[in-house]
Amino acid sequence: MTLKVKYFGLIAELTACEEESIEISATSIAELIQFLSEKYPSLKSKDFQIAQNREIASIETTLTGEEIALLPPFSGG
Amino acid sequence: MSRYSRHIVLSEIGHIGQEKLSKAKVLVIGAGGLGCPVLQYLTAAGIGTIGVIDHDTVEVSNLQRQILFGTSSLGLNKALAAKRRLEDLNPTITIHAYPEKLTHSNAKSYFEAYDIIVDGTDNFETRYLISDMAIIQNKPVVYAAIFKFEGQVSVFNYQNGPSYRCVFPNPPNEGSVSNCSEVGVLGVLPGIIGSMQANEVLKIILDFGYILSGKILCFNSKTSETAIIKVSKSETAFSKALNKDASLQNDYIHTSCPTETSHISIKDALKLTNTEFIDVREIHEQPKLDTLNHLQIPLRELEQKITEINTDKTSIIFCQSGIRSQQAIGLLRKHNIQNSYSLREGVSKLIEELNIKA
Repeated sequence: MTLKVKYFGLIAELTACEEESIEISATSIAELIQFLSEKYPSLKSKDFQIAQNREIASIETTLTGEEIALLPPFSGG
Repeated sequence: MSRYSRHIVLSEIGHIGQEKLSKAKVLVIGAGGLGCPVLQYLTAAGIGTIGVIDHDTVEVSNLQRQILFGTSSLGLNKALAAKRRLEDLNPTITIHAYPEKLTHSNAKSYFEAYDIIVDGTDNFETRYLISDMAIIQNKPVVYAAIFKFEGQVSVFNYQNGPSYRCVFPNPPNEGSVSNCSEVGVLGVLPGIIGSMQANEVLKIILDFGYILSGKILCFNSKTSETAIIKVSKSETAFSKALNKDASLQNDYIHTSCPTETSHISIKDALKLTNTEFIDVREIHEQPKLDTLNHLQIPLRELEQKITEINTDKTSIIFCQSGIRSQQAIGLLRKHNIQNSYSLREGVSKLIEELNIKA
């Protein structure tokens, strides 16, 4: 399936883009993360939360969505 | 009431709404990039009681975005400087300035005195503390955080809604995300995001519109795009917060950002109450500090003598120049002693300052 993946904050810096389309046969969020971590090795050391179709998901969630977002926590104020 | 006439003519507010604002009590934690616009709009709106906590001083590099301050505030504590400016903006309300750091020992009493908590802090340690204390005391938190050109806004813990830990269950690993406000930030960004926080505060008090509860709004100033992401309540996250000992003390990351959270100036240190000064120099080192009661624990013995430190007090660590005291803070953080600062200046300056005071 084709997924639109959106990156925020520090994650967008390491992927060097804010959004991209990915062709993937993964069935779970965990597999997608695995795929992205191979594409962007420095992602492994980062903390982020995943959203699927604009809803916070967990690593066990089944991949159904068209849009995935990788949301890191921000500390700045 | 002509001060609020533009509020009162709105059917959503009116005299009744303005009265609600005047009875509200809001605590703003952090008077930085986010805190400044929040404080300005809440003060202008006539929130009856506003508390502001910040232990930091105004530096020239703050003025690019912290629009509450001018050059005349440089070197002053932010909470006190904010109070001065805000009282000019609206002398009809009550503003309490607390020139100290929010810690797990003082958070409880601060939270008890206010209805709504605004999180405008710049570090994860305080964000998780705020989140957990808000769950324990059942107070809504108007949250925001920024990074360079992006901001996040949400209302947590509102009418039984989700909390910060439902989005980010645990503090990030050390080094995984920047915990330092030394990162660049577009000056106007905290202005936009902080104004959104003020908007949420007003909606909560006035009870109109839709509150940003159960969702997190992500704004990108480069693209002007906004994404709203739904958040569900996680009972695990809540029980983590309610299990106070685990979450309030052991769980936070212990990075120290030298210019922000772990350093304190002599002036601010002397303003704090309930402090204990600790000299981490070797016993033989000169000059001696004899005008102030203090503990002496040389840095190399600090770890084995860690139990001598009274954690109910704020520890102010000093040495000859501020380098060993900073290392000491690293050790204390490792042993979960958060309520401590490294004195920015060395012992000579401290003696000088005490002599002036005496």
